[in-house]
Amino acid sequence: MAVFRLRTPLSEGDVRRLRAGDTLYLTGTMVTARDAAHRRALEFIRAGRRLPVDLEGLAIFHCGPLVRREEGGWRVLAAGPTTSARMEPFTAELIGALGVRVVIGKGGMGAGTTEAMRRFGAVYGTFTGGAAVLAAGAVRAVRGVEWLDLGAPEALWVLEVERFGPLVVAIDSHGRNLHLEVRERAEKSREAIYRGWT
Amino acid sequence: MIEGVVERVAVDLLRLAATRLPRDVKGALRRAYREEEDETGRAQLRAILKNVELAEEAGVPMCQDTGAIHFYLRAGADVGRLDRVGDALRRATQRATVEVPLRPNAVDPFTGENTGDNTGRLIPALHWEIVPGDRIQITALPKGGGSENACALAMLRPSDGVGGLKRFVVDAVIRAGAEPCPPTILGVGVGGGADVAVGLAKAALLRPLGHANPDPRLAELEGELCEAVNMTGIGPMGLGGRCTALGVHVEWAHRHPACFPVAAAFQCWAARRASALVLPDGSVEYLTEGAR
Repeated sequence: MAVFRLRTPLSEGDVRRLRAGDTLYLTGTMVTARDAAHRRALEFIRAGRRLPVDLEGLAIFHCGPLVRREEGGWRVLAAGPTTSARMEPFTAELIGALGVRVVIGKGGMGAGTTEAMRRFGAVYGTFTGGAAVLAAGAVRAVRGVEWLDLGAPEALWVLEVERFGPLVVAIDSHGRNLHLEVRERAEKSREAIYRGWT
Repeated sequence: MIEGVVERVAVDLLRLAATRLPRDVKGALRRAYREEEDETGRAQLRAILKNVELAEEAGVPMCQDTGAIHFYLRAGADVGRLDRVGDALRRATQRATVEVPLRPNAVDPFTGENTGDNTGRLIPALHWEIVPGDRIQITALPKGGGSENACALAMLRPSDGVGGLKRFVVDAVIRAGAEPCPPTILGVGVGGGADVAVGLAKAALLRPLGHANPDPRLAELEGELCEAVNMTGIGPMGLGGRCTALGVHVEWAHRHPACFPVAAAFQCWAARRASALVLPDGSVEYLTEGAR
């Protein structure tokens, strides 16, 4: 379980080196997106329209940050990950179409995303859910915000981050998925737990 | 007079809840960190404890999901003008949204439009209990969306019995996996009817950790359920480990002979709550240990 420090934009080779269980610290640009932004992004892609931010080689962050408008821009006060499973229906297509190399969230993602990450070369990094102040501490600047009409939590926040992490590589580009492995073990634990309960 | 005091206290409670974990929860997280053997699980708990510390120091919300706002009220029957408390709590929620700040989390289910101030139809949610006396106890419970989505209700057959209840709880935990941000606190509501069971389960989350049910049979059930849940190996943030739940709290009501409702409510590790007692002279006593 190695520790990697990487900087965006990331190449396919960068993320192919990462293995499930590795720790990753990311520097560079990440863009937040939740349910509504994913839905709109797919509409754009399917209509052949360009997104307001080019995500090639960057990280998507499943996060609806708590922000405050201050003189000269925005300040991120808290920016922990939201539940990634809600983005499962959109993510495989997004990775394929946009060249996203890292998806950051919490709770893990499913088989469709795992397959897309294996095929296109991307990883899923999980950040500790709720550790929002720790995450905000790595945000150096808010570069911009798009789609604010979706509401602040749902907008695309373009964040400049430094050593954002620790991220646990929970899905690598070789087909491993830690959350699904833990879940399978949990399913199997049922029998031992139920023994003696009638 | 009561409106002014209630509004001020409620803003305070929302700030305290968002920025500082109650002492019992912090203690349980530290113990989990000491006892966790899984390396990845330990790293998650380390990040959680560090985050709690940073939030407290900076006075900012520990999680960006500052929750849907619930208030639990134990209002003395002799407190005057209770009809004004609801409005005061709405104003407090609007103020706290700006002052703390809280993320705006009240959305029209049909249009998707966010009201922008955490208030809306039936939100903040108010849970009233009228008790004897002339004091009013206010508890703020900001409830995160990830853990709320894991809540579950089953209408078991009465013949499923307590064994069925226990299987339901373990199944709900396995199905929820990483999503409610474990280690969680579980509230289990038994009997009463569907709505009552869900309400009891959620209210059970208000009980501080380390306070077992006063009924020894239920205390034993709580211990047994907690041990079972921690055998699933889901662990901190669902990445594997021993500590999946910090505690299980069971509450119950008598049931219809044909029905056996069981509900499970999940609370994330960021188990935020804060309570205060407003006395008749307008003075305030803050109750949540560690919150003040």
